Amino acid sequence: MAKVLMKGNEAVGAAAIKAGCKYFFGYPITPQSELPEYMSLELPKVGGVFLQAESELAAINMVYGAAGTGARVMTGSSSPGISLKQEGITYCAGAELPCVIVNMMRGGPGLGSIQPSQSDYFQATRGGGNGDYRTIVYAPSSIQETVDYVMEAFDKADLYRTPVLILADGMIGQMMEAVEFKEPKKIDLPEKDWSTTGTKGKRTHNIVNSLYLDSELLEKHNLKLEEKYKLIEEKEVIYESFGLEDADVVCVAYGTTSRIVKNAIKLSEEKGIKVGLIRPITLWPYPYEIFKKINPNAKGVLTVEMSTGQMIDDVKIAVEGKFPVYFNGRTGGMIPTPASILTDIEKIAGGIK
Amino acid sequence: MLDKRLVIITGHYGSGKTEFAVNYAVKMKNSYSNVSLADLDIVNPYFRSREKKILLEDMGIQVLDSSINNQTLDLPALPAGIMGSITNLNMKAILDIGGDPVGARVLARFSDQIKMMDYDLFYVINGNRPETQTKENVIRYLKDIESTSGLKVTGLINNTHLLKDTSVSDVELGHELSKEVSWEIDVPIRYESAMMNIADKIVSEEIKAKLFPLNLYMREEWMS
Repeated sequence: MAKVLMKGNEAVGAAAIKAGCKYFFGYPITPQSELPEYMSLELPKVGGVFLQAESELAAINMVYGAAGTGARVMTGSSSPGISLKQEGITYCAGAELPCVIVNMMRGGPGLGSIQPSQSDYFQATRGGGNGDYRTIVYAPSSIQETVDYVMEAFDKADLYRTPVLILADGMIGQMMEAVEFKEPKKIDLPEKDWSTTGTKGKRTHNIVNSLYLDSELLEKHNLKLEEKYKLIEEKEVIYESFGLEDADVVCVAYGTTSRIVKNAIKLSEEKGIKVGLIRPITLWPYPYEIFKKINPNAKGVLTVEMSTGQMIDDVKIAVEGKFPVYFNGRTGGMIPTPASILTDIEKIAGGIK
Repeated sequence: MLDKRLVIITGHYGSGKTEFAVNYAVKMKNSYSNVSLADLDIVNPYFRSREKKILLEDMGIQVLDSSINNQTLDLPALPAGIMGSITNLNMKAILDIGGDPVGARVLARFSDQIKMMDYDLFYVINGNRPETQTKENVIRYLKDIESTSGLKVTGLINNTHLLKDTSVSDVELGHELSKEVSWEIDVPIRYESAMMNIADKIVSEEIKAKLFPLNLYMREEWMS
């Protein structure tokens, strides 16, 4: 199929429908409102349902209900709205319901701003709701990647029976880029024999629930979930990296910020500084292992984020104290510039006094 | 054909109206001493011409944006100066309108005054947007914008592109589409835009006759 020009939010909707998503429940919020708008126009055409809920809480609980029937279902929002959805997300995790949740992050905390930000990293990767659970988190850096991972997200959600998060920012949501819709990879998925679609008098009924009043049973359930999360950590890590083996400095960034970092790396090369990049595409599971490939003589690792420093915690875990970890970040909707990143790279390469 | 003093730029959502409007304002500054660009986009929260206010003002172009002095709000607040730019006969006035019929709704507020002026209403076409790839769809959006705004489209702008991935064949594809639309509704193509890096590679004489080379003011260096 030929390339078309799409806005990130619309492309998320188109990719979801392509992946077989039939239901979208949401509540509008800038900068992701084009997603529900797109779904309201397009889902009825494929026999699906778009419903604007009365609130984010209602929307995520509708997702819970639809997922319980085994349907492919999505919701989307931006930071404050995703905060409201956390209760529903932990319920989905507890009841092992596959669903896809999109967060086009904006400045926070609280109502914050409508401009892009990456300050929901903690919430996305540490579990924003209660209990021991994890969600797979994809952090695409272009509209094309967003499309590809939205499709993949539905498969992984079904494969592991887990909520999957697409964590992007307002810039990805609002930006236009050329995209191509490739046929999604066909993978073998287990039958949804747990879904509540009626017994037809032939079996005992299925129960979708996250309540386990018996401590022993709940512990068993938690250990089962833990086993699943270990398997995801083993199999689902995705990242991009280059130039680590002979790097003077290594940058770590994801999403929109990684694109700015790539420009800064080009500028650094012109000045003769060797800079490597680690770009996590899954934020959970995090690509800790690849950090072991960093040149042992590198001067330091620079994390660049649109926050006051959240992923930096994972970077520190990953480098195991072998390298100093530096930070460059803007917040509140401000975007780091290639020039400021270059200045930091030069300082680190020259040795910070 | 010479453009009218008052030029209104509309189009489908995401067709590239703002990039064209900014480029058009810069070009007009070469011929007119008083040029104003009014940002009437009440649809988009990002990528609005007001983001380039300082750059344009440095070139001597007057930028009219929201009456609330904040770049990052999506409030539909319009400045009083817009009426002045519409009616001031000494001002080359350009109005950059938000996308789709919903964006064009803002024009209805000014349509009585606009109708008293000599004006051009340009409709920007990007044949690479999924919703405007066929003649029928392009015309449907155009008619909706006309009925929402109460104004008539006087010229088509072929602005078919894929941002920095654009090739000559994209411009040619858009040219054919725009020609079909032009024939059907009897409105002329006024400009055929192409980014600087491909503008000189275009061979079609028909396109070259109306070629409008574009600088990408609205895209940061790191964007594709």
